[in-house]
Amino acid sequence: MGREPLGFPPHFRNMTRDFSWIRPEPWGIHVVPADCWIDPSRPVDRALVTHGHADHARGGHGATFATPETLAIMKLRYATEEGAVPVPYGERMALPGDVHATWVPAGHVLGSAQILLEHAGERIVVTGDFKRRADPTCPPFEVTPCDVLITEATFGLPVFRHPPVEQEIAKVLSTLAANPDRCVLVGAYALGKAQRLIAELRRAGHHDTIWLHGAMERMCRLYEDLGVDLGDLKLVSDTGKEQLAGSVVLAPPSALNDRWSRRLPDPITAMASGWMQVRQRARQRMVELPLVISDHADWDELTQTVKDVNPAETWITHGREEAMLRWCELNQRKARALALVGYEDEDD
Amino acid sequence: MEAFAALLDALVYTRSRNAKLKLLADYLRETPDPDRGWALAALTDGLDFPAVKSSTIRNLLTERIDPVLWTLSREYVGDSAETASLLWPEPAEAPSPPTVSEAVDALSRMTRANVMVELPRLLDRLDANGRYALLKLATGAMRIGISARLAKTAFALAFGVAVEDVEEHWHGQTPPYTPLFDWAAHGAEPPNSDDLPLFRPFMLAHGLEEAQVDLADYAAEWKWDGIRVQVVRAKGENGGGETRVYSRSGDDISATFPEVAEALHIDAVLDGELLVRGAHQGGEANDRTQGGAASFNALQQRLGRKTVSKKMRGEYPAFVRLYDVLILEGQDLRPLPWSERRAALESLVPRLPADHFDISTVIPAADFAELAAIRERARDDAIEGVMLKRRDSPYVAGRKTGLWYKWKRDPLLIDCVLMYAQRGSGKRSSFYSDYTFGCWDGDPDQGAELLPVGKAYFGFTDEELKWLDRHVRNHTVNRFGPVREVDKSLVFEVAFDSVHASKRHKSGLAMRFPRISRIRADKPAHEADRIETLRALIRD
Repeated sequence: MGREPLGFPPHFRNMTRDFSWIRPEPWGIHVVPADCWIDPSRPVDRALVTHGHADHARGGHGATFATPETLAIMKLRYATEEGAVPVPYGERMALPGDVHATWVPAGHVLGSAQILLEHAGERIVVTGDFKRRADPTCPPFEVTPCDVLITEATFGLPVFRHPPVEQEIAKVLSTLAANPDRCVLVGAYALGKAQRLIAELRRAGHHDTIWLHGAMERMCRLYEDLGVDLGDLKLVSDTGKEQLAGSVVLAPPSALNDRWSRRLPDPITAMASGWMQVRQRARQRMVELPLVISDHADWDELTQTVKDVNPAETWITHGREEAMLRWCELNQRKARALALVGYEDEDD
Repeated sequence: MEAFAALLDALVYTRSRNAKLKLLADYLRETPDPDRGWALAALTDGLDFPAVKSSTIRNLLTERIDPVLWTLSREYVGDSAETASLLWPEPAEAPSPPTVSEAVDALSRMTRANVMVELPRLLDRLDANGRYALLKLATGAMRIGISARLAKTAFALAFGVAVEDVEEHWHGQTPPYTPLFDWAAHGAEPPNSDDLPLFRPFMLAHGLEEAQVDLADYAAEWKWDGIRVQVVRAKGENGGGETRVYSRSGDDISATFPEVAEALHIDAVLDGELLVRGAHQGGEANDRTQGGAASFNALQQRLGRKTVSKKMRGEYPAFVRLYDVLILEGQDLRPLPWSERRAALESLVPRLPADHFDISTVIPAADFAELAAIRERARDDAIEGVMLKRRDSPYVAGRKTGLWYKWKRDPLLIDCVLMYAQRGSGKRSSFYSDYTFGCWDGDPDQGAELLPVGKAYFGFTDEELKWLDRHVRNHTVNRFGPVREVDKSLVFEVAFDSVHASKRHKSGLAMRFPRISRIRADKPAHEADRIETLRALIRD
């Protein structure tokens, strides 16, 4: 970015630490002494994976270290468990080169973790994707003190302030009630968002059958196998139009305006995503009922997390890093953007 | 304000016209006066608060948030009002939102001196959606696709009155339109506006289709290819005389055609076709003593301008070819039969400046067969076809069966090849229903290429649409966002009214009213027409 920070808190001023044992490359974060890579976007010998979304958890590595839930998700996606090394939350694992790694809950999706790396008396936390709000489908984010916080910034603009999820779920239920002859078709990411949406609908007292697009089924079953109760789920392809009236139907965002949706009874198109906060983004997706539900931290959560963790340096992996850098500058916090490639944020 | 904010949001996310109409009608019915009138004015861009500008919003926000963060946010969101509504600090206490009338009242009292203090007070009483609605209302930049026509239709729907009556009474009324609501919702007398230069709804025609009429009952006129206008002069509020030129939708376009507005010195409401002078001699059967009219393409140079230079006026001089007279020197002629109005018009025209007004002559045809032959011969670009008007019919707003017919010239046809398809919206959102087609720029067997010549999204049945959608999906060779490029195999017979030279398109051509006439799945693509064939049809 080239912008010089205004200054550092006094106790950091004379420090010369460069944290050179961890090196961000465009295709992943390299933990040099252990020769491991965090969420690499190309095949490596040893990968440490934060969570199961395809842009972070790719196949083809020699060994993959991740939580058991994330490995189960990856197995579902890539149909192989080769080289899988499960690491439960909180277990401090020794890696080569005197590096220790601990997977800490990130609150993003089932199995999602921050990875705490310790080496030579220094602590570095890679958040992966995270959020601070309660999610009935996964354990909550834990604040982990460290020297360097490597954070995402998907919603790193002050306009992003996600409303309470209850408010958005209430919109779905009142729309259903007002349109008994139609269905509410919600576009939601197949891993995480879909299951959280179902769990929140259940929590709000909606116990009717929820109908799924075929691409959602296996992930929902896996969540249930891993102990997340989702209630009565059925496939749209197993029923007729009449039965879908007055129901919630879930589909991946790509199916919303596609031929698939023609089988539905006059659907009201909804989309559950943090991007729905911006009217024109919702309009571009032809969404009639935008639901601002995100599995990422919003601006307040991002900045609060930096304050809570209070690291010496904040590194930003992906998202709207310019605004986060500016905020760090205004708050006399040392920060840099890493410009990693291959992380997508379009469908959250 | 909550109901207005909810309406605004719903309108943003609603694409179907009928659903928009229903939302608006429900709001107008359920909202008390004068809130609904102010809301209506806001939606149709009828409000202006000089103290609140887009720059006011920026200044207000950069007092409260870092300017860099403001700029990054504004760039991302793409709309100042929305960005500000999201960035504004949430009020500590539960807000007590103002009504629309309170907000309008407060906004209209703001001055440049106090706006930076007063506007925040209003914003602090609203949630994010309310703030968005307030700022949109204050800056008058709604851009949510509510035309004046749509608003009037919704108004008519809300209260079960005729949209023509709404049109007639609407003009001359100012926000919050209380007399209009009193009339429509409570059965009061309609507002009186005889002395104002108001728009009167146009009489419109049906297509003749296969029917034939007896020329003893109907008079025939040329259908000129300009824009239908109404030129109105009335005493005005100060009695000094005011003149307006209205377009077919009732928009005031006097500023675009000032020479026409200035030329009328008799109190009257006149119906005619606005044209520009040109080389075309105005139809073979027309009175050759009149000056000629140019094609629509020439008129297009003058359209949509807020002000018009002397040069423009000189190069494209505008005039009105009169069809009818509705009101003349205080007398409403609309109830009279066409033949009597025509007589009044014929005696009026010599009193008008000939530079800017002439009359659309009646075609002298003895019977329908002769008229058909005359129409067939007419190859003048300033003529779209023939109008047939019942001789004994009064001038009535809208389209009443059996009174006026339009008999358009047969369209021109050309065979084109489908090149790109784009998904439609609303009911057609899952269908590839917008088609771009092209013609060959030479001999396709000698390596010529297709150049796009036009775009069409109607002319086919629902069944054909399904077939076309399948064709597009099965023949896709490339994707560009919502657009698919297809292999160049399908031929369309495209119908269009005329074609003009255009610098905007690579082919150098622009078609007017192209539509899919037939799908020629039987015809090989290399037999489709060439650009030169289309170019030969230009008549500018």
